[in-house]
Amino acid sequence: MASNTYDAGVKDYRQNYWTPGYVPLDTDLLACFKITAQSGVPREEAAAAVAAESSTGTWTTVWSDLLTDIDYYKGRAYRIEDVPGDDESFYAFIAYPIDLFEEGSVVNVLTSLVGNVFGFKAVKHLRLEDIRFPIAYVKTCMGPPNGIQVERDKMNKYGRPLLGCTIKPKLGLSAKNYGRAVYECLRGGLDFTKDDENVNSQPFMRWQNRFEFVAEAVIKSQQETGERKGHYLNVTAPDPEQMYERAEFAKELGMPIIMHDFLTGGFCANTGLAKWCRNNGMLLHIHRAMHAVIDRHPKHGIHFRVLAKCLRLSGGDHLHTGTVVGKLEGDRASTLGFVDLLRESFIAEDRKRGIFFDQDWGSMPGVFAVASGGIHVWHMPALVTIFGDDSVLQFGGGTQGHPWGNAAGAAANRVACEASVKARNEGREIEKEARDILTEAAQSSPELAAAMEVWSEIKFEFETVDKLDAA
Amino acid sequence: MAAMHDVGDYQTEQTLETFGFLPKLSPQEIYQQIAYILAQGWAPAIEHEHPSSAFNHYWTMWKLPFFGEKDVNAVAGQLEACHRAYPDHHVRLIGYDNYTQSQGAAFVVYEGRA
Repeated sequence: MASNTYDAGVKDYRQNYWTPGYVPLDTDLLACFKITAQSGVPREEAAAAVAAESSTGTWTTVWSDLLTDIDYYKGRAYRIEDVPGDDESFYAFIAYPIDLFEEGSVVNVLTSLVGNVFGFKAVKHLRLEDIRFPIAYVKTCMGPPNGIQVERDKMNKYGRPLLGCTIKPKLGLSAKNYGRAVYECLRGGLDFTKDDENVNSQPFMRWQNRFEFVAEAVIKSQQETGERKGHYLNVTAPDPEQMYERAEFAKELGMPIIMHDFLTGGFCANTGLAKWCRNNGMLLHIHRAMHAVIDRHPKHGIHFRVLAKCLRLSGGDHLHTGTVVGKLEGDRASTLGFVDLLRESFIAEDRKRGIFFDQDWGSMPGVFAVASGGIHVWHMPALVTIFGDDSVLQFGGGTQGHPWGNAAGAAANRVACEASVKARNEGREIEKEARDILTEAAQSSPELAAAMEVWSEIKFEFETVDKLDAA
Repeated sequence: MAAMHDVGDYQTEQTLETFGFLPKLSPQEIYQQIAYILAQGWAPAIEHEHPSSAFNHYWTMWKLPFFGEKDVNAVAGQLEACHRAYPDHHVRLIGYDNYTQSQGAAFVVYEGRA
């Protein structure tokens, strides 16, 4: 390298950053971008530009490039592929050397990979489809504070999905009335209730008051049912100091679980809170407000599978994944792909599910997939099939909208869930036989029968906006 | 629209986690759940406890988990034997999953008298 000379000026990015023969190292961080270049920009040049701008490069040569070993540090675009069914865009695969990133910092990885490059003029749209985190990097992150196995043991829930419910109306209840709604859901048979994401500490219900009333509701419902219960106390706060203060109070009240919004709160806050949770034996539920701003457009932004991987590294015991069948966006194959990325220890490349790389998590604990949004008892057999046992199925309206109230709504969901699990274990095809299974179960549960009547006609059948790329 | 006083009154009950909201399983239904545990390759195990201590994480083990057991009837027989020995205790069946290091299944088969 000592023979290099300084030659001021602008070079094509592809001279340095397009290396088609490159074989990625096991320690490289790999990324797949979907690039839609401005017209007239060749694919290789656009891919190289993205590699450069997300690693060492800038628009012109600088003399201080020669003071370091740029070839060691640079990102490399090493492969280009067509996007099935799309003439305008293409996939670019880029390898980044591990030493470009601070250990244990999702913040640093994202600042590099989805930083300035997304506003880059040479590309019209840019979407980060997937990241392969090398196991060497995974081992520098702490990940979920507890994980699926520890949470099952702490909460004594085995062999079935967990059941939850977001307390509604999401805004405006007094702390005491809010605690009432929690108590009713939990005594009726749910495992968890949840603060809505925008419940933080507003004038109508300050967080201390909410925490105290909710704690009484949780403890009373535990005593009366003999089962373990929790409420996700949202500690998302204006600043880290207040976030930790709220978390400490939840622990002081003997509560098992708290909650955070990882995108609006930010990865720095989230990683810190996850560390706090591990140190303090608390479970951590993660909500994903703002995700659709980032992940819904098929050509621009970041796919949710990347955000899900980043959350697993940053730390959380639950993460919302959509429901496939409810009111919110979500393609089935794609959802199953990132649900696996949250829960399994090794996930193989599978383009049919939108997974671009093998991902090895080593010993990192798994995250419960949370399905929430517009689901009710009729969806239960499908949800149990799609999400399996390692999930939290959350029925907000589907619990509190029951004609007899929250407790009966909770019982209806619990009966439907257990009947579905039992039938699955007996070898029945529960999605196909949904009507029979629920109808049988309703014979001994008037609560379920009433729920089935109320929601018999509600479906959410709209086309998914962000579909997997297919010819 | 039904009048407000027509709604049902939901009574809280003591329940014992998974399958606690279903009617008592018949012997045939219990066999099917045992068969499911064995088919998953999980190790069946039995625990029992007096209802007054049911909230504890640890219940007393009945013998050891039945590693390598393939016979549904043998497991059913052990459940019955445990129930006869501790008629006032809850008796639960567990399927230990050594891959996840968790319990793939756990439910109460016999309820003890409180």
